Amino acid sequence: MSLDDVLGLFNYWMVIVLMMTGLYIVVSRGNLVKKIVGLNIFQTSVFLLYISMGKVSGGTAPILTGKPEVYSNPLPHVLILTAIVVGVATTALGLALVVRIKNAYGSIEEDEIQTMDLVAESEAETTGHRR
Amino acid sequence: MIAYHLPILQIVVPLIAAPLSAFCRRAGMAWYLALIICAASFAISVALLVRVLDEGHISYLLGNWAAPWGIEYRIDAVNAFVLLIISGMGTMVLPYARVSIADEIEPHNQALFYTCYLLCFAGLLGMVITGDAFNAFVFMEISSLATYVLVALGAKRDRRALSAAFTYLVMGTIGATFFVIGIGLVYMVTGTLNMADLAARLQGLEQNRTALVAFAFIVTGIGLKLALFPMHLWLPNAYAFAPSAVTVFIAATATKAAVYLMLRFLFTVFGTDYNVLGLTLTYMFTPLALAAMFAASTVAIFQFEIKRMLAYSSVAQLGYTVLGISFASVTGLTATMIHLFNHALMKGALFMAVGAIVLRHGAATIDSVRGLGRTMPWTMAAFVAGGLSLIGVPLTVGFISKWYLVAASLESGRWPIAVLIVLSSLIGVIYIWRVIEAAYLEKPPEGRTAREAPLSMLIPTWGLVGANIYFGIDAELTSRVAGAAARLLLWVAP
Repeated sequence: MSLDDVLGLFNYWMVIVLMMTGLYIVVSRGNLVKKIVGLNIFQTSVFLLYISMGKVSGGTAPILTGKPEVYSNPLPHVLILTAIVVGVATTALGLALVVRIKNAYGSIEEDEIQTMDLVAESEAETTGHRR
Repeated sequence: MIAYHLPILQIVVPLIAAPLSAFCRRAGMAWYLALIICAASFAISVALLVRVLDEGHISYLLGNWAAPWGIEYRIDAVNAFVLLIISGMGTMVLPYARVSIADEIEPHNQALFYTCYLLCFAGLLGMVITGDAFNAFVFMEISSLATYVLVALGAKRDRRALSAAFTYLVMGTIGATFFVIGIGLVYMVTGTLNMADLAARLQGLEQNRTALVAFAFIVTGIGLKLALFPMHLWLPNAYAFAPSAVTVFIAATATKAAVYLMLRFLFTVFGTDYNVLGLTLTYMFTPLALAAMFAASTVAIFQFEIKRMLAYSSVAQLGYTVLGISFASVTGLTATMIHLFNHALMKGALFMAVGAIVLRHGAATIDSVRGLGRTMPWTMAAFVAGGLSLIGVPLTVGFISKWYLVAASLESGRWPIAVLIVLSSLIGVIYIWRVIEAAYLEKPPEGRTAREAPLSMLIPTWGLVGANIYFGIDAELTSRVAGAAARLLLWVAP
């Protein structure tokens, strides 16, 4: 791997680092808010992937000026505007769910919630069989 | 004029009705609106299917922008059939939902429930109808975000609905993000998002590493959405704790739309000539499908809650669907397409019967169904009929699906798979029997006053049971459409 592979593809390396960081946080953290943050970082890495792929070296903003000019591809940028909206909606909904979970369970730690669910389940089964 | 704009009306009508229903003060008004809109959508999709069967595919250009640049809605036998399944089930669920939702959701949320329902409905139709890869992602997220809310609305009955919705949100978002990474990579290589154009430009790019990575991301992303074993962990709890009407709706439609996208990307976009497709199907889809059929069915046997039992059974049934894909033959894909329809009918009927039990008893567990054969005879009879269909008894739709699957496996020369299909159906007998045994052979507990479910729930349930039997006896129509769809996917001349 040459220096060119590292520096020339710098944006993609950053995308991969962010992507893996985000995914790792989602998987490893038990705190539901942190999971949402991880999910956010994961999605942001995709935004960067799209935005940097549309960039053309030396290109300007794609505005019609009458002269022939080199300009960046605007399509990925527009696509990602939509994806950002989706990301905001997901985060908002996720955090709203966390608030409801906090009210219902009194905790936002995944393992504590799972324990409470398991207890509820086994209680339902034992009372069911006893009757 | 209207006929020309049918493809866009299919999406726009429910999409506009969704915010309108949010302004309805009373749940009843929102319900009427949703019912009218869904019935109109169903009529549109019937008209589209008839037209597609007559004249081949329909191409609709949004805002009249020419195809590879603008968004194209492209309808052929494959997605017209899936549109019909989604809009049909969406309409069937609504008459059933009214009583069930009034019982299971807090009064101030009931009108908003129908808003989310319509959004989810529009999103699912959109991801099926569109011929643009990124547009499919956007609609997928519209339907998913609405589904997370619908699942979470089950919190009045059981707070576990909240954690189930949260898990679904995390897993669903990861799946959708994988999908959009794949689309981004494929766009880098080809510079297009139109599926037909993508298919043309991916020719000759078999060795391209970026396209290969894109393929992996897209298959994994959609795999998460369709609950391909072992990426199904979000599904059982989401189905189990969602309000009953929601369970019926998403079990019958959400995974079907994801299966459709999988078929579209595997066979239309990447195509049977794509070098890793065969490998993926043989070494990934076949074993995972078989594992789903056995592992999920086995887990289903040990479930106490009937909704969760049926949810695990859904994972197993998705195994059959994916197994059909893995043969990559006309018979195999016919089996997949016909099973999408048949599974919607059988699981619809089963979950509707279970929802009626939830309405009367507050829960549907192996314990609460004891003696129901006598106190709720019509509901339980519908459950038995749906169960028989699930197992694959002749004269039900389940048998038709299994028949095509077995035929496809024999045709491909892999007869052990045919044996496994039959064996896994036998596991289905065990878990369905557990419920039947409790309902018919045990006495109801002392002091339980139970009435039959209301007619508004029984009629849709029996409508689906009737469809199970009708299309099980006369499968001419469904197999013709499914066959046409399979040939289209494989680029085989009819």
